[in-house]
Amino acid sequence: MVIKVFTNFFKRIFSNMFQNKNNIKLGFYGPPNAGKTSLANRICKDFTGEDMGSVSNVPHETRHVQFKEKVEIKYKGKTMTFKMIDTPGIATKIDYEDFLKFKLNKKDAKKRAKEATQGVVESIKWLDDMDVVVVVIDSTENPYNQVNITIIGNLVARKIPVLIVANKIDKKKADVKKIEAAFPEYDVVGISAKNGTNLEEFYESIFKLSKKV
Amino acid sequence: MDNKRGKKGFGKIKGFSIQFIPFSEIRNLDSNERIKRILNIILGNNILILQGKLKPDEEARLIGDTMAMIGHLKNFKGIELAVISGNGDSQSLYNKFKHGLASALTGGNINAITIIGPATIVKEMKRNPKKIELLLST
Repeated sequence: MVIKVFTNFFKRIFSNMFQNKNNIKLGFYGPPNAGKTSLANRICKDFTGEDMGSVSNVPHETRHVQFKEKVEIKYKGKTMTFKMIDTPGIATKIDYEDFLKFKLNKKDAKKRAKEATQGVVESIKWLDDMDVVVVVIDSTENPYNQVNITIIGNLVARKIPVLIVANKIDKKKADVKKIEAAFPEYDVVGISAKNGTNLEEFYESIFKLSKKV
Repeated sequence: MDNKRGKKGFGKIKGFSIQFIPFSEIRNLDSNERIKRILNIILGNNILILQGKLKPDEEARLIGDTMAMIGHLKNFKGIELAVISGNGDSQSLYNKFKHGLASALTGGNINAITIIGPATIVKEMKRNPKKIELLLST
């Protein structure tokens, strides 16, 4: 009886230590146009050869939560399998007139605004279902945006591991240090999703965080 | 709430007021009541200055609820929201603990200030760790 208890105990310990982490739900959150889909596309392209979603200069291009199941990310001989979840950008205001500046007609602009508001609601609902979240911030913008703070606050309250990605470091105005100063308690990785710069450090951080799941 | 103003919606804004709420006014309210109270003020074309801060899930819910109103409430475009906290880095461990305890007892950080306004009135809130700048629509 005692031997059986010990055997089960060690079996459990070892299986937890060596099991291949499977289908970790990896969410991409952030304000609109920060580059969430660009980063998700970059990862998917690298490991599956396919894109995840369309990207555009017009804000709120992603208006529904998008998934990519079983993405096997390989880094330094290790493999982890993720379910990638790309979410619509979270905003506190949406005005269809802002889309007219991008040469959308009034009807399309109104449709886009309506879908974008629904997308924000959808993103917020999905916060509860994530295992690890990458908060993508445009490194050329002011990081003290309430949306960033609200997203991170909600993830911390739910005890979900967070990685902050300072995207668009290829741009002149990029300031990764400002983002690090704004969020000193978190890992911040500066990348360019567009050019694929510094993705090694990104993968390393993701693997490190995913071990906590 | 000023119901008459609320029902008029956000057509042509001829003016607005600033309302201050001390934390004691919302301390005993549950999340539903807090959100409702805040929405009533904002939908009446007011800028709200709230002593303290909402819980993260309340902030997220406020964003979600206001998003759901866009398109259903005439000319409503959402909100501008900013929180500035009094807990600076220079604070001693004792003070941090003291404030942490106070926050735990009251259910929110009373050293913070939350500003919320309808996007039709507040064009932008520029925030840095030490100040919030409100740019109003003209």
